[in-house]
Amino acid sequence: MVAPSTTEPGSRSLKQLVLGRKDVQDLSDNEQELPPDLMTVNMGPSHPAMHGTVRIVLTVDGERIVAGDVQPGYLHRCFEKESEHATYTQVFPYTDRLNYVSPMINNCGWAMAVEKLMGLTGHIPRRAEYIRVIVSEMSRMTDHLTCIGASAMELGAFTAFLYFLKCREWLYELLEKVSGARLTHSYVRIGGVGKDLPENFHADLTLCLDQIVKIMVEVEGLLNNNKIFRDRMAGIGAMTKEDAIATGCVGPIARSAGVDYDVRKDYPYSVYPELEFDVPVGTTGDCYDRYLVRIEELKQCIRILRQCLQQIPDGPVMADDPRVALPPKAATYNTIESMIRHFKHIMDGIKVPAGEAYAFVEGGNGELGFYIVADGTGRPYKAYVRSPSFVHLSTAAQLIHGHLIADVVPIFGMINMIGGECDK
Amino acid sequence: MSSKVLDALKAVHGGAIDSLETQHGDAIAWIKRDHLLAVATWLKNDPAMAFDAPVFVTCIDRLDWKPQDVPPGPQVYPATAGWSDDGTKARFEVVYQLRSTTHRYRLRLKCAVPEHDARVPSLAMLWPAFNWQERETYDMYGIQFEGHPDLRRIYLYEEFVGYPLRKDYPKEQRQPLVRRDDLPINPIKSPAAGHGGHR
Repeated sequence: MVAPSTTEPGSRSLKQLVLGRKDVQDLSDNEQELPPDLMTVNMGPSHPAMHGTVRIVLTVDGERIVAGDVQPGYLHRCFEKESEHATYTQVFPYTDRLNYVSPMINNCGWAMAVEKLMGLTGHIPRRAEYIRVIVSEMSRMTDHLTCIGASAMELGAFTAFLYFLKCREWLYELLEKVSGARLTHSYVRIGGVGKDLPENFHADLTLCLDQIVKIMVEVEGLLNNNKIFRDRMAGIGAMTKEDAIATGCVGPIARSAGVDYDVRKDYPYSVYPELEFDVPVGTTGDCYDRYLVRIEELKQCIRILRQCLQQIPDGPVMADDPRVALPPKAATYNTIESMIRHFKHIMDGIKVPAGEAYAFVEGGNGELGFYIVADGTGRPYKAYVRSPSFVHLSTAAQLIHGHLIADVVPIFGMINMIGGECDK
Repeated sequence: MSSKVLDALKAVHGGAIDSLETQHGDAIAWIKRDHLLAVATWLKNDPAMAFDAPVFVTCIDRLDWKPQDVPPGPQVYPATAGWSDDGTKARFEVVYQLRSTTHRYRLRLKCAVPEHDARVPSLAMLWPAFNWQERETYDMYGIQFEGHPDLRRIYLYEEFVGYPLRKDYPKEQRQPLVRRDDLPINPIKSPAAGHGGHR
């Protein structure tokens, strides 16, 4: 009987060429086991679980990750280069597009950095400060709602995702009423905010918060003790307190590992000293603690917002300082001095005295800072953003080490890498 | 609070310091390049300093630095550090921002770096967060971090020519990764760039 294979010494079958191995029947006994070599797998840049676009080159031993090279940069839009060519006010739309799930906090951070350079810190009208805190906390809520909702969905809990995105939509609707735009608000100005809160804002926000509290009870019931959710989250991607500090982690990720650091408490800014709230701190530093910290922060946000609504004073929303405030429209159209000032303000930008400053706020993901070097003109000489997502992403390779490929999904979800902020 | 750090730094590492300043409440210490690693190690390990948390690394390109409306005075702005005798300023300043979790200190280290010798010691071994941030600074400004474990471009692709955040890199410059023959070739306009033109 003639063997069907016509392989002669020296020639190779198509299968051998493609697979680079012999046919099964040609293998010796110990060769028939699976190849022990490490394998390289590309995850991303366009992968449903990679929030935004990031590529990980995984080296896997079977299903277990032995090395991961995380490569950001697919969403790089030259924030710093563009900012150097824009006036200080024109940078606000760029900051909206950094962390696009909580743009208001970025707006506030940029405004505070410029105000620090101009010596305006502490001279912002109190109503404007309260409005900034209100919109910042609403933004923090949208950030956490998105993070938890999307992560839950990636683990199969679609209901939680829909519930939380509905909540986020209510907040977006309110922010749209406030600023005029649903996502890219550009609402904050240097020296205050763009305009006062809309009518019925107090009632709308109170109603919205009451609804969110109810939804959160349901979602916590769905997730907190859900066996699948806990199995996928608990003990995954854990980080020690020392590692969290040394790798520069901040915000919910550092706090879940036991680092008691919140810019709002440790370096208080705006009117946060007048508000009562707690900073939740975790113990294990794994994905489940990151989830719990974010859930608790949502509750603290609601607490802050309720206090703000009670305490917010009446008054102007823009500092009465001709360096930063536009002249009133009536004066602009009727007096030549105001018209010239308006023109110079728009065309040349706000004149910021030469110097440098680093101002930081507690963003959705932690310390979000802007480092500005000013040269006395209307445009920043250098504008650097200290984006927490970038720092957190740099720890990802270490966090996924030793875990399964499937664990990359919850780890990435809970790092909450926002492409726009990470890639600048 | 921040002056405490500067005083201690002056007392212990007086010889390593070019100058000290405070701007808008931020403490800034200019360190000589050769001493940067020693000073940084001390800042991290000394219990009275304990700068355990890294914040950011970046660089300032002072190529066309012409500050306006600076009040006249004897001091050359920004600081006396980095100026050579002929009145020219070192082109780059590498900036390290540090934070101490125990003492809540904040400190900015600066290191003047001339263009022809654009290198500084890497601090990535002391603070792992600086690994990526030094890569970013290298990617954007072309600063060589000596002793960095893995100095590669991070945002841009390996084939990219030049360093985009340098002041002589034109904002309009395009470098598509995939060559498009229907687009005009757009060479770097400034002769000072010197990093080659369009691929």
